[in-house]
Amino acid sequence: MDLLGLYNYWIVILLMMAGFYIVISCGNLVKKIIGLNIFQTSVFILFISMGKVSGGTAPILAEGITRFSNPLPHVLILTAIVVGVATTSLGLAIVVRIHETYNTVNEDEIHQQDEDAE
Amino acid sequence: MAVSAIAIVRLRSLFAAVMLTSIYSLLSASFFLTLDAVDVAFTEAAVGAGITTVLFLSTLALVGRHSQESHHTRWLPLGVVTLTGAALIYATLDMPRFGDPAAPVHQHVAPRYIEQSAQEVGPPNIVTSVLASYRGYDTLGEVTVVFTAAIGVMLLLGRSRKDKQDDEHET
Repeated sequence: MDLLGLYNYWIVILLMMAGFYIVISCGNLVKKIIGLNIFQTSVFILFISMGKVSGGTAPILAEGITRFSNPLPHVLILTAIVVGVATTSLGLAIVVRIHETYNTVNEDEIHQQDEDAE
Repeated sequence: MAVSAIAIVRLRSLFAAVMLTSIYSLLSASFFLTLDAVDVAFTEAAVGAGITTVLFLSTLALVGRHSQESHHTRWLPLGVVTLTGAALIYATLDMPRFGDPAAPVHQHVAPRYIEQSAQEVGPPNIVTSVLASYRGYDTLGEVTVVFTAAIGVMLLLGRSRKDKQDDEHET
């Protein structure tokens, strides 16, 4: 069955949609950032699974090995993981700041307070 | 992994959700290991499962750990997500098969990295040579992003402390 070769993309899409659902449906800001993290990890898995060559090994040169997985996605994702932590920490800092101002991290309550203020 | 992701969707307690995110991260690290990406697995286990969890937990300590039930209608987001997922699955039908050595991604610069990096750069780990030499500018950009994020966090959190002190002085 040829379509079975696509299963890695389907897992990625399932995880990605789980993250996306959390981002758009949860009112809690911390949970939204958790959703973004899940989304991000699914993109990492997409890249890494594209770099896999069947029968290949880790891209470290050694004697007697001729077939390697593609090292380029690995490099890109190494960078992306660190950048992801940077953006997560910035997002969490904004959440802490919002909590100090509004005393809640729930989106609905923040909207309510904004409307009351106007 | 999919199970833990869906459990995170359903969970109300933020504390449990954060711990599950950590487990999810660790699982994805082992997944990377089976896909031959050893360096990525190390980084994900250290950074994704370690530092991110610490950040989330310290945030939870500041903002409280319970997520309130929101009374939105849940069908609209679910519909949007299903539609997007279906469109993406339709898009994957043209993608190369998993593990196919003839996929376009393996044809461009990767063969040169694999064949030439030992002579051109040196270290036996190809990922290291590409990271430090061929794509060194990526790492420069990454450092810039991390630096900017650190400044942002310091500004956001530092200013609020100062405001609080000012308030205390005034009252």
